[in-house]
Amino acid sequence: MNDKVRNNKAWWLILPMLLLVAFSAIIPLMTVVNYSVQDVFDAQTRYFTGTEWFVQMLNDPALQSALGRQFVFSLTILAIEVPLGIGIALLMPKKGWQASAVLILVTLPLLIPWNVVGSIWQIFTRGDIGLMGWSLRELGYSYNITRSPLDAWITIIIMDVWHWTPLIALLCYSGLRAIPEAYYQAARIDRASRWAIFRYIQLPKLTNVLVIGILLRFMHSFMIYAEPFVLTGGGPGSSTTFLSQALAIMATAQFDVGPSAAFSLIYFLIILLVSWVFYTAIMNMQKDKKERGA
Amino acid sequence: MNDSTRSITQAASAQTTTHSQERPAINVAKRPSPIRSRVLMVVYIVFVLLPIYWLLNMSFQTNSEILGELTFWPQEFTLENYANIFSDPNWYMGYVNSITYVLMNMLISITVALPAAYAFSRYQFIGDKHLFFWLLTNLMAPPAVFLLPYFQLYYTVGLFDTHIAVALAHCLFNIPLAVWILEGFMSSVPKEIDETAFIDGYSFPKFFVKIFIPMIRSGIGVTLFFLFMFSWVELLLARTLTSTNAQPIASVMTRTSTASGIDWGTLAAAGVLTILPGIVVVYFVRNHIAKGFALGRT
Repeated sequence: MNDKVRNNKAWWLILPMLLLVAFSAIIPLMTVVNYSVQDVFDAQTRYFTGTEWFVQMLNDPALQSALGRQFVFSLTILAIEVPLGIGIALLMPKKGWQASAVLILVTLPLLIPWNVVGSIWQIFTRGDIGLMGWSLRELGYSYNITRSPLDAWITIIIMDVWHWTPLIALLCYSGLRAIPEAYYQAARIDRASRWAIFRYIQLPKLTNVLVIGILLRFMHSFMIYAEPFVLTGGGPGSSTTFLSQALAIMATAQFDVGPSAAFSLIYFLIILLVSWVFYTAIMNMQKDKKERGA
Repeated sequence: MNDSTRSITQAASAQTTTHSQERPAINVAKRPSPIRSRVLMVVYIVFVLLPIYWLLNMSFQTNSEILGELTFWPQEFTLENYANIFSDPNWYMGYVNSITYVLMNMLISITVALPAAYAFSRYQFIGDKHLFFWLLTNLMAPPAVFLLPYFQLYYTVGLFDTHIAVALAHCLFNIPLAVWILEGFMSSVPKEIDETAFIDGYSFPKFFVKIFIPMIRSGIGVTLFFLFMFSWVELLLARTLTSTNAQPIASVMTRTSTASGIDWGTLAAAGVLTILPGIVVVYFVRNHIAKGFALGRT
């Protein structure tokens, strides 16, 4: 599709959107940039500090450990959710009332407000009134997410898998539905094995949707805030405090706009950088494959 | 695959690329054991439903029953928790506020995103690639980064604690998302349709509304689904930009924890009620999801 018409009047079609996004993105972002290079005492008194806040933030142990936890978390949930999502997409029924019913049930967790997801899991995992917490205790495991960092971590990961695997599953399901029946007929003529069908017919067709899915999942997991905030409050200690929460704590508790603005920019740049690396890596992989295939 | 099958599949794919959207899917791949896959599916569905079942269970119990012996279904079935919510304007206005700003956001986003997505899918213009990339970077902006500037910005322009403030703030990630999804769908519509319409004497606005929009119906359906989803579930910005008049349900729910402990029953009932709008929306778009969730990019 490289036969687009060259026409600069297309800018008129973009303009309304551009104005709105500029209002909600550029003005606030510039405010952040502005704060990040100043030391603000009050409305009148402020000093230019240059890169001081950035240096301070990059050397901040709280930020560094939150960043480390964030990467461990994001990579863990991607490693679980992507294969699981593909698996579920392959299992989902293709037609009839069952297909509709399963589709609605699988989509359900995606449409629950994020803090309610936190509440649901908080209720579910409490030792006294929660089904999961109570069952684990009855089985003799002293499960306690407010005491044990390991329990808290595992619970947050299970919660995220519960919450977001449906996104990958639905993307893949819709990718699978777009494969013409003729492909499967050809495979049957060739007596391809189940694995060969998956590897050479289904998986290549899924790459596009998987790129979307992995990028969306990475970005959202990197911004996770409400669910761990409600479930564990970042604890025990700071063992489940991820970047967004570390930032919110700093911005609200210390009234320090300079450092938190610098933190914000660093945070944003990390997401941009990692997303870009992901995207380029996946695109190069696809290009390699195409060249080898040709 | 040998050469004959490859040519068959190529011919088939060439033939189906334009029509795959309308065609009912018939690809029932041969499965080794349908029973095992059915069992696994049921296991997953149980995993999805178990926490929701527990929430539902608790929403019909009294607080004394919740805090007493663990029971798997309500022993003294009560609707009192729901009655609490529907009789208190602070509670039910939370739902009204949330739905109001979500609908406003959906309307604004789709209105400005449709022409923009059309421009990106059909025309080349100065800075188009950079602009598109910049749009996508907004999807990656963590809301936490924008909390303070948003608060100050909307306070300064006098929009603080209004529905429109939240609707506009959610445009930050919803408009780029809508443009991205719609661009995929629009690019899968052949250009010849536009050209034929213009030759037939359609003006651009008339063509766009009468011919083009109906052609990407399922794309618009899926886009609206995503817009609803991300605006409905977002809490951080919505909570920061409102105090009393436009308070979303998500922040009303924090009222259940008081000095005397947490009102579990009401919390559970409120949680159940936040799930219902989602079910209604999924029900309406269920047929489009299967075809359109890949965002026109298969």
